[in-house]
Amino acid sequence: MNKLLEVDNLSIGFTQYFKGLKQRKLNVISDLTIDLYENEILAVLGSSGSGKSLLAHGILGILPPNAEVNGLMYYKNEELTDELKEKLRGNTISLIPQSVNYLNPLMKIKYQAIGYIEDESLKNEKLKKQEEIFERYNLDKTVGDMYPHQLSGGMARKVLISTALLNNPKIIIADEPTPGLDKKSVDETITDLIDLKDKGVSVILITHDIDTAIKTSDRIAILYLGYIIEVTETKNFKYNNENLLHPYTKALFNALPENGFKLTNGHQPSYLNIPKGCPYQDNCEYKTDKCLKKVPPLVKIGTSLVRCYYPIIN
Amino acid sequence: MNKKVLYFIRNKTIHFILLMIAVAIFNFILIDLSPIDPVNIYLQQSSVSEAQRAALEQYWGVGQPITTKIWNWLINLLQGNLGTSLIYRVPVSQVIIEKFEASVVLMLLSWLISGLIGFFLGVVAGKNRDSWIDKIIKIYCYILQSAPSFWIGLLILIIFGVELGWFPIGLGVPIGTMESNVTIWQWLARLVLPVLTLSLVGVAPIAMYTRNELVEVLSSDYVLFAKARGEFGWPLIERQALRNILLPALTLQFLSFSELFGGAVLVEQVFSYPGIGQTAVAAGLQSDVPLLLGIVLVSAVFVFVGNLIADILYYFVDPRTKENESFDV
Repeated sequence: MNKLLEVDNLSIGFTQYFKGLKQRKLNVISDLTIDLYENEILAVLGSSGSGKSLLAHGILGILPPNAEVNGLMYYKNEELTDELKEKLRGNTISLIPQSVNYLNPLMKIKYQAIGYIEDESLKNEKLKKQEEIFERYNLDKTVGDMYPHQLSGGMARKVLISTALLNNPKIIIADEPTPGLDKKSVDETITDLIDLKDKGVSVILITHDIDTAIKTSDRIAILYLGYIIEVTETKNFKYNNENLLHPYTKALFNALPENGFKLTNGHQPSYLNIPKGCPYQDNCEYKTDKCLKKVPPLVKIGTSLVRCYYPIIN
Repeated sequence: MNKKVLYFIRNKTIHFILLMIAVAIFNFILIDLSPIDPVNIYLQQSSVSEAQRAALEQYWGVGQPITTKIWNWLINLLQGNLGTSLIYRVPVSQVIIEKFEASVVLMLLSWLISGLIGFFLGVVAGKNRDSWIDKIIKIYCYILQSAPSFWIGLLILIIFGVELGWFPIGLGVPIGTMESNVTIWQWLARLVLPVLTLSLVGVAPIAMYTRNELVEVLSSDYVLFAKARGEFGWPLIERQALRNILLPALTLQFLSFSELFGGAVLVEQVFSYPGIGQTAVAAGLQSDVPLLLGIVLVSAVFVFVGNLIADILYYFVDPRTKENESFDV
């Protein structure tokens, strides 16, 4: 399979002012390394507020101007420069945003779905395609003439998915598509995501919903305190935790309801106090002095990548 | 017409009637409390006999209880009788219509110009947030906002009227010319400086407001999403933001009718422009009670109309308020 997208050592930080004129630097993403292959769903799993959305914005090149970005990204082995991002976003790489807030409250749905098109005949063509896609998602014809505030949660999600499909994208980044939805809508979203993959689109699913991630994805990348700590095949999550290598991933598995609801003490530290060394050291039972000094590198073990000096291999 | 429109009209009509009655009564009481003696004003120091004086006092209602006076005033008002101006010696309504015509041109022009320029400056500043052009526009607005309009008027008068001599320093028509003989150019030349002053002053609030609205819209999630879909630059603003900031800006501009009226009073005084503002000052200084009350009523109607248009825009143009809104008073 061909590699579509590669993100190497991406870091995103912000300089903040606090207490008047004092500055501090906030590293929201410290070392994010993932790759995406053709025809796969990669879930990026991280807790709420862990800067997952910034990854999407970073790939699309729409981070706020005060963000400090380091690291390299490649699209089909070509370096993803700002110019290339500008060229790809909206066409080759599409975003499915989180909520209806990402739609302009004063614009009719159909014009938002097709995006900005100058040419009049091209516009009509797109409107026709938009109607087809809406029909495929069981959206009524009248939805196109509605305004965002008239949509229900489920309709809004379908509209947002439709917006991504109009330009035949290669990569879709779905940013938290499930929170706040009822069980039925979540199931529909899962079907829709798998459906996208079957159409030949690769999906980066950014989520904190481990259940959706397991049900849809081929691989799961786990984000902890701005570091990717493990990238593993989703099937490793399914039956037992034997093939999960990082202590955090194992704890995550054990905490799932079907695996005994075992909770681990401690919590993820704040971004203001990212420890020197391994990000997971505060809650790790296997840590040694080595872990406190230097961040472990991401190493390949079997089909997985893991950032740990002492991966748990059964 | 649907039910909502009917409710709107009904409520606004009730508002209007209550407002006019309140304005009429309170202003009458204020004037009545003031030490103005209408008979003395009317006589203007000419000597009359006691009997003549008593007749006049009866005509003006001196010594009657205030309730009777208010009642008479309201009844006359209902019949459209605003009384006779003491300065001009013609019916108040005639004076007001004549003066208001002159002022309406002045106010409408400066309202339009300040709205257009203010909106434009606001968009430019908001789009180029924190750049030098944004800073210049902000400083300009702060200075204008904090400077009194009559002072700006005086500065403009000194620069363009006195020093440069480009425009006449004031008055509605050239001295020594009959109103009927004034050419349209002479008339327009006299309008330029007052309009300029009022426009300059009116630009500041609308520009600052538009700027902040645009900055807010540009940092919204939906603009971020539009960017993610490849929109950028001016088309992005035109497509995603203009409509969203136009409505609040228009609303604000209509709400500013009261400031427009207040500004006109000062500016007309500075430029000796014979409009409703100058007439209001004259009526106040020379204790022309009927004229003053009439102008107050007219200005209340004027401001009410501005607010009404703002309300109509707000309730009927924004698609979000088109439904599930009730108009409970």
